[in-house]
Amino acid sequence: MASEGGLAIDPMHQFQIVPLFGEGPLHWYTVTNQTLWLAITVLALTAFLVLGSSRRAVIPGRLQSMGEVLYTFVHRMVEDVTGHEGAKFFPYIMVLFTFIVTSNLLGLIPGSFAATSHIAVTATLALVVFLTVTLVGLYNKGIGFLGMFWVASAPLVLRPVLALIEVISYFVRPVSHSIRLGGNVMAGHAVMKVFAGFAGVMGVASVVPIAAIAAIYGLEMLVAVVQAYVFAILTCVYLRDAVGEAHH
Amino acid sequence: MTGDFVQFALMGKYIGAGLATMGLGGAGIGVGIVAGNFLSGALRNPSAAPGQTANLFVGIAFAEALGIFSFLIALLLMFAV
Repeated sequence: MASEGGLAIDPMHQFQIVPLFGEGPLHWYTVTNQTLWLAITVLALTAFLVLGSSRRAVIPGRLQSMGEVLYTFVHRMVEDVTGHEGAKFFPYIMVLFTFIVTSNLLGLIPGSFAATSHIAVTATLALVVFLTVTLVGLYNKGIGFLGMFWVASAPLVLRPVLALIEVISYFVRPVSHSIRLGGNVMAGHAVMKVFAGFAGVMGVASVVPIAAIAAIYGLEMLVAVVQAYVFAILTCVYLRDAVGEAHH
Repeated sequence: MTGDFVQFALMGKYIGAGLATMGLGGAGIGVGIVAGNFLSGALRNPSAAPGQTANLFVGIAFAEALGIFSFLIALLLMFAV
């Protein structure tokens, strides 16, 4: 990449998946940096929630307050969007939101690896959401779930066209769901690396790109949380179609 | 001769990937419209605004989804074609 006058830093290099031990081809069981950072995410999240809920004091300490804020935030979101029926999916949404937000924030530590920047990870999450919504919808409403595609409020002539559009948009959901998260995280990290490349070649004027990196870093902290929120709230919206009686 | 053709195809690939990212401008416009309209509504009736933040994010996400497809096309052109 850096051969003829290009940037000294390859912005995509940070997303490379390498085996942790030794060299060689990657198999599905190879322990890579991806595996390591997914495990660190799970451990950090578990430690935070277990430590936060272990003392259960009447006057909460710092960790317990943070845990409580997180819990109430997600619970209110699920109840507001999915309705009372969907509240039984709260554990799932809680795991999704906290996992993504932890992984995003850990990925922002310089030198670490952003696990959610890989479409493979986010596509898995999104496909599980897609399958859950479809199965729950079919289980709850039977064949009536397909009525979602037949917009009864539209004029009769338009209904087949709308049905086609609805079917396409239903199956496109996991694509946009996963690429939104993966693309945002990846783009943010790549932008920071590109600015780092500018800083390397600009001499004294590199103060400007370094200041820009600091600003983008702040923006990325926001993006990390907002994208996790969007992922979770879209899951809630999709689940509302599957559990609630009244949709749209 | 074949080498020339490969270079030419590469050029087309990169130009195509660059063109595909223009779709993200549309996503930017859409997100701006959603957020701007939310803000103008929220300033008219601030007491109703907190209850609508979920709708704001859902609207932004849907507006962004179509821009993401062009980003996907750019990625596919860069790394998959």
